[in-house]
Amino acid sequence: MLSKTTDRLAKIWLWMSALAIILILLSVLGYIFINGIGIMSVSFLLDMPKNNWREGGILPAILGSLIVVFVALAFAAPVGVGTAVYLTEFRKEGLVTRIIRISSDALNAVPSIVFGLFGLSLFVFYLKDYTGGPSLLSAGLTLGFMILPTIIRTSEVAMRGVPYAERMESFGLGASKLQTIKNIVLPGAVPGIATGLILSIGRAVGETAPIIFMVALNPTVPKSLFGSGNTLTTQLYYLAMEGISMKVAFGTALTLMLVILTLNAITRVFKKRLSRNLRRG
Amino acid sequence: MKAGLVFLALGLVLFSGCVSKGNGADLVIAGSTTVQPIVARASEVYSEEHPEVSIGVEGGGSGTGIRMVSEGSVAIGASSRDLSADEKSKNPDLFTTTIALDCIAIVVNPSNNLSNASLTLNQIRDIFSGKITNYKDLGGPDTRIVVVEREDGSGTRSMFESMVMNNTDVSDAALQKPASGAIRFTVSGNENAIGYVGIGYLDGSITPIAINGILPSEESVRAKSYPLSRDLYLITRGQPTGLAREFIDYLLSEKGQKIVKEEGFIDIK
Amino acid sequence: MKEQFTWEKIVGAVLMLFSVTALVILLLIMLFILDGGLPLFNKVSVFDFLLGDKWMPAKGLFGASQFIIAALLVTFGAVLISVPLGISCAIFLAEIAPPWAKSIVRPAIDLMAGIPSIIYGVFALIVIVNLVRVAFNVASGETILAASIILAIMILPIIISISQDSIESVPKLYKEGSYALGATDWQTIRRVLVPAAGPGIIAGIILAMGRAIGETMAVVLVIGNVEKMPSGLLSPGETLTSAILLEMGEAVVKSTQYNALFCLGLVPFILVLIMSILSSRLITKSKGRFA
Repeated sequence: MLSKTTDRLAKIWLWMSALAIILILLSVLGYIFINGIGIMSVSFLLDMPKNNWREGGILPAILGSLIVVFVALAFAAPVGVGTAVYLTEFRKEGLVTRIIRISSDALNAVPSIVFGLFGLSLFVFYLKDYTGGPSLLSAGLTLGFMILPTIIRTSEVAMRGVPYAERMESFGLGASKLQTIKNIVLPGAVPGIATGLILSIGRAVGETAPIIFMVALNPTVPKSLFGSGNTLTTQLYYLAMEGISMKVAFGTALTLMLVILTLNAITRVFKKRLSRNLRRG
Repeated sequence: MKAGLVFLALGLVLFSGCVSKGNGADLVIAGSTTVQPIVARASEVYSEEHPEVSIGVEGGGSGTGIRMVSEGSVAIGASSRDLSADEKSKNPDLFTTTIALDCIAIVVNPSNNLSNASLTLNQIRDIFSGKITNYKDLGGPDTRIVVVEREDGSGTRSMFESMVMNNTDVSDAALQKPASGAIRFTVSGNENAIGYVGIGYLDGSITPIAINGILPSEESVRAKSYPLSRDLYLITRGQPTGLAREFIDYLLSEKGQKIVKEEGFIDIK
Repeated sequence: MKEQFTWEKIVGAVLMLFSVTALVILLLIMLFILDGGLPLFNKVSVFDFLLGDKWMPAKGLFGASQFIIAALLVTFGAVLISVPLGISCAIFLAEIAPPWAKSIVRPAIDLMAGIPSIIYGVFALIVIVNLVRVAFNVASGETILAASIILAIMILPIIISISQDSIESVPKLYKEGSYALGATDWQTIRRVLVPAAGPGIIAGIILAMGRAIGETMAVVLVIGNVEKMPSGLLSPGETLTSAILLEMGEAVVKSTQYNALFCLGLVPFILVLIMSILSSRLITKSKGRFA
């Protein structure tokens, strides 16, 4: 009898815990929405900041985020997918693959501020003449290093998801390894790889610490990769930390949140399609 | 896959078009967060009148600004304090131009009981050093005083310490904030907090405390009856030349000084 | 045919180069962080750094113990708050939740994992700091507790995901055996499933701890950044990560302060590496258990 009551109480507790999670999520999202929606408008997204960020829009930050993410992907996508291709198609499981995977996992665990210190010393100082110092290029490359493990991992899973049978059929028809990869494996893995890339974009666009030392809050449109700029995240940090304008800060936060939500939704659509494809086999 | 490669190539081509070495801005001013709103607003208006010029404004504190202009990484360093003897001897060519008058206001939350009080410099020192820790020792309620100060490189902090603290350290229990705006934000959100900011940061959300009966204002600063007055500077290596000179001249002109007043600071007459 | 093989070799070689990149980057990180940080120990001993409690760059004092203690307190607090809630939610998802509930809660957790840390920071700055001040009647809400709370929220998804995986990996036999003996759902969960999933759950907690120690943005906005050694969860403090963030701007490059800040970064770096190794070992062990 006692155990039945405990059972019921326990279940209530478990339901409550799930409810608590939902409530926490809703309060964070809701808070940003409620405070940010007031300043949100098309002009907010397209205007330049005015009056020391107290008025106007956040266009430089949006452009900065786009550029930095683009650079990060330009580096990490080829290298990451290439690594996954190598791990699945070119190498048998062994010491080499284990080392590569361990490095990738370890890289994934490095704290974001340590990436910031690394990016500072490598790109901003050591390679100053090639990157322009504290530039969007340096920021993009640092983020690229950071998202590399995610792309490797998701691409590998995607490629392994292509049934071995399909590869065998292709070889059986006389195709070479490269042809098989190009025509069978990669196309089959594209949804999974794409999901991984979008996941990485979400991560890159949301990071602050890795690039905080190489951005500058300029109320100007970034002119080149070698110049400095700022991103939605770093702008949000400065606005909030230095108390410049909470109104604009919330607008920035809402913009950032909308980007994340959109990427999240796209990922879910892709995942659904992926599982549908897998079921068809 | 092919589409992806084409897209990548396009992107690279687009970017190589606008690839050019060098910083995004033609003129960069870095340093004091107190001076920052003045310089930011002025650079905005200046750029409207001279659209071919882009000016970048960074914070970082007076110490950072002075260091960056000494190193040559920026053309103008903004400072809310005087150069130290050390800085002058290491870089004898640093040239200081005063662009505004300011003072350090000791601020509390409007609902703080000290907001109508007058304090002496000794009392302020005791509060910030942690000798007085509770408002009840000043005739107020039994609540702990939350001291808020600026970070290490701040010009406002160094002026505050030299004008008020007299070689006593500020309490190590003080909350550190990296900018005047952050002190304003904290003090306006916490009834128990006390901090210091430049006069331009006084909006309705925080209240200045009178020192020896005198409140900080344009009159009391000019008359020097308010004890914590100071100048705001733009620092260059040698006399300003080129774009830096034009910008500083602009700030010293009537239009520029109007901006100083609009930001809540005091123009130099 | 011969041409095909050469192409294959070339592509293979290029891809191998790509694959080595992750390792190279990892080594470069170690190299540059050590290069940036080790020079500190020419001026200050390792003991003074780890055990000293006065951090005054202007006076050449670089004692980091208050940062280490603050980081440990914040992490400890975060784990204390998030583990009970996280494991409960994992159990809910693994055992109790009907499909409609799963389809709401799981995406919610994924979304939580994707929210940028700076947004959590801004939320904490305004909501949590004031909550702590009012609820605990302290003079200022900028405390270690506030940082622990927001970190707990941030690491919940990790704990829930890994715990859920671990519980679901327990062979059905264990569950069926327990029911056969007449146990209720809760008894089964509590006495059989969770203990069986133990190593996996602990691995998740360790991973979450690693994330908490390395987090910067959410912590720096709410912890008060005070130079004094924290005396408890309700004091303000400054963690290793927030100290790096705040002081790097004014540190002269290659100065002792610069070196010291890099050393502050070494601590979470090493800790997190150890924790991820521990955690992977535990996960492999737990998977192997049921093989």
